[in-house]
Amino acid sequence: MMARPIFSLTGMITLLFCLAAMVALALPVAVLVAHSVMAPDGSFTIAHYVAYAATPGLLRALSNTALLGGGVVLVVLPLAFIFAFGLERTVLPGKGMLAAAASLPLLVPSLLPALVLIYLFGRQGLLAPLLGGRTIYGFPGILLADAIAALPHAVIILRTALRAADARLYEQATLLGASGWRKFFTITLPGARYGLVSAALVVFALTITDIGAPKVIGDNFDILAIVIYKQVLGQQNFELGAVAAILLMIPSLLAIVIERAAAKRHAAVMSAKTRPLQPLPSPLRDRLVGTVCYGTAAAIVLMLVVCQLVALVCLWPYDLSLTWANYALDRFDGGGWAAVGNSALLAAMTAICGTSFAFAGAYVSERCKAGTFFRGLFSRLALLPAAIPGLALGLAYVLFFNDPANPLRGLYGTVAILLIANVTHYYTVAHLSAVGAVKAIDSELEAAAQMLGRNGLSVLLRVVVPMSAPVLLEIALYLFVNAMTTVSVVMFLYPPGFKLASIAVLAMDDAGDLAAAAAMGMMIFYVNLAVRLTGQWLFAHGHRVVGNRAPTRFVEAAI
Amino acid sequence: MAHRSAYRILVCSIAAALCLGLVGCSKEKQRLVVYTAAEADQLPAYEASFQKAHPEIDLVWVRDSTGVVTAKLLAEKKASQADVVFALAATSLIQLDDENMLAAYAPKGAAGRDPRFNDSRTPPHWNGEALWSTAICVNTVEIAKRHVPVPQTWDDLTKPIYRGMITMPDPGSSGTGLLTVSAWLQMWGEAKGWAYMDRLHQNIAQYVHSGSKPCKDAARGEIPIGIAFDFRAAKTKSEGAPIDIVIPKEGVGWDIESSAIIVGSKHRAAAEVFLDWSMSQEAMAIYAKSFAVIAVPKLAAPVLNLPSDLSSRLAKADLRWSARNRMRIITEWTRRYAAAKATAP
Repeated sequence: MMARPIFSLTGMITLLFCLAAMVALALPVAVLVAHSVMAPDGSFTIAHYVAYAATPGLLRALSNTALLGGGVVLVVLPLAFIFAFGLERTVLPGKGMLAAAASLPLLVPSLLPALVLIYLFGRQGLLAPLLGGRTIYGFPGILLADAIAALPHAVIILRTALRAADARLYEQATLLGASGWRKFFTITLPGARYGLVSAALVVFALTITDIGAPKVIGDNFDILAIVIYKQVLGQQNFELGAVAAILLMIPSLLAIVIERAAAKRHAAVMSAKTRPLQPLPSPLRDRLVGTVCYGTAAAIVLMLVVCQLVALVCLWPYDLSLTWANYALDRFDGGGWAAVGNSALLAAMTAICGTSFAFAGAYVSERCKAGTFFRGLFSRLALLPAAIPGLALGLAYVLFFNDPANPLRGLYGTVAILLIANVTHYYTVAHLSAVGAVKAIDSELEAAAQMLGRNGLSVLLRVVVPMSAPVLLEIALYLFVNAMTTVSVVMFLYPPGFKLASIAVLAMDDAGDLAAAAAMGMMIFYVNLAVRLTGQWLFAHGHRVVGNRAPTRFVEAAI
Repeated sequence: MAHRSAYRILVCSIAAALCLGLVGCSKEKQRLVVYTAAEADQLPAYEASFQKAHPEIDLVWVRDSTGVVTAKLLAEKKASQADVVFALAATSLIQLDDENMLAAYAPKGAAGRDPRFNDSRTPPHWNGEALWSTAICVNTVEIAKRHVPVPQTWDDLTKPIYRGMITMPDPGSSGTGLLTVSAWLQMWGEAKGWAYMDRLHQNIAQYVHSGSKPCKDAARGEIPIGIAFDFRAAKTKSEGAPIDIVIPKEGVGWDIESSAIIVGSKHRAAAEVFLDWSMSQEAMAIYAKSFAVIAVPKLAAPVLNLPSDLSSRLAKADLRWSARNRMRIITEWTRRYAAAKATAP
């Protein structure tokens, strides 16, 4: 009986969550779609699509985009698979370091690998002679830079896929006399097929929606993301920009829908009887896989070292003396040191607001019994952001929030709109993680606490939240790092008085100040690294406060 | 317990930092939003000079390339975010003025201004501060490595020996790109001008976003010849880059960095204060450090690494013609060159 008012309150909360999702996501995207098919007088027209097709080069951008996405998948998938295999199925030493190195590209914007590639393989690059007169600009440059940026994502997915192996299958195959290769092709690969599909789709979606690498190293190899950028910022042609954004949204949407379906089927493959596989040493295999793993990890670390070095060099390649001059960031485009502070502030706000919102959303959609319709609606809307490219979301926000008829127009041009855009764009992953955390908590614990006379809110705050702390921290770190590095979400939205570090890297490159761009890119890296390490420290030490206590203690503490 | 308090300290400090940040963002003095295409490395001097004279007004700069700022202003026509435009190409301002976006104002300031720097009406709708012009940056080290001479004329640039060795800015985004193209079209006539660009196109390695990048790319030897502008060329050379600055003898394109008040600005008084400052003796002294030709000729001073006779090397060009034909030139240029370069590998 006591719980009753809480349920109706949570019903209201569910409704509020749905409204928020409508304002932050569904309506802006609807407005974006409408703009692409609307004549100035408001009537329906396909004229913008016709104009798009008729503009020279724009159709080519479409095929270029597909070519690039496919190319990056072909490069990343085998590499990420071997890497994940090395971490999960071999006995390589230093796995912790390998895993850490593979995740480093997550901490930098995709602009940074592109910059380093120019310093390494550009016309004056350290390693340019290896290219025999060809240049890295255009397709090969974007391909490599985006491959580096996408690698960690694919490794994470494939590690999960390879971890879920059943030792019994391998034992039986060995008894039947199967060779190592045969086991690999008949058990390992088929077992990881959903992971492979999922990784391929995620890498494809990440690549085609990236703006950083193509902007820096793309030369004249135009892709859809560049078309959106040029049409919107260069010519303020929002209609053609909207058409390009829709064209970019369709494959991303398809990729994510298929990816989710694959993930669901994969989950069904696992059974309770599965016995985890303990990898055994195999000298030849370990040496081959080890070479690839250590080589890749070294390349990633080297990339960051090179980036830091070029940021400290006077004038590459003529004056190699060291200087702090490139760190006088205020002398260059993009907002200077203030931009670093602004980015960190925005990332912290995104982490705090996003984590709270995702957790509350997950709790409401998992635990509340009221408002079934809105709960269902919200858990579907929560999956949508992953399918909307950042550039499309940013453009949708401009069209929606800057409309004179919109009562929320006051938000346009404020820091709040950046916050909303970031939280929305990264919501799906945060939501799914939070749902996992809430599901993992035995609901009888809450029942017990309620029986002991605590109300729902107190149970939430004193039992559920502390028990989910590690997952919440993980979500907060995810949001922070992404908000710090994103270019596409905020590109059209940042207000004049609040410049951002990732955008500054782009502006510095546009002005030709590559060394300063490298310096700014490394500042983003250091901020992210510091936050990530603080997070690790909390994981390690927070356990003593939270993790090791028996769940019942939370209930006791709550009373 | 120690860990618990560590947690609390962390949480409290994050919260405090956020509060400070929010307070920092919301502090309100008089806020004047200035759209500008001035170079990022020029802004700090302008800002310092203005703040010293008028600490009561906060400047919020929106800086980008000429084409981007112009497009933004045109797009925001119905609800402009800008109060003032500063150091934007006169070509762009004439185009904005044709859309009735500029308020008439005759700024006070230093005496002895060259009338050709202003809009001819009284009171003028826009006021020019300084003139900038095309300049070519040539990397002498790379040129020597390739055993080719330093090009001296526009015609030289189309020789096959320079294939793949030249960058120039996209006139759609860059004011320098536009004034360069516009001067070719006006000096030689449209047919010859486009035919020249067709030949030049064969030698272009890249078209880039800004007028600075070609010179900086030349400085790093990335692409040895960059069609850029005078201030960037002189500054890059004086920073120690191994470049020669070439002012082709056929004549070079130019435009005037100018200012105006946007119609509908809610800070009209502050905007007038800003325009007065932009024409002041102090401001002219700052322009004179970057530009060889400024609005008050008697306050001009020689600029290191720029020829002293720069004003006599300018092409005969009509800014009004450039402004009226700006969109047509950009569209045609994009059709011919930008799209043609967008090829698959």
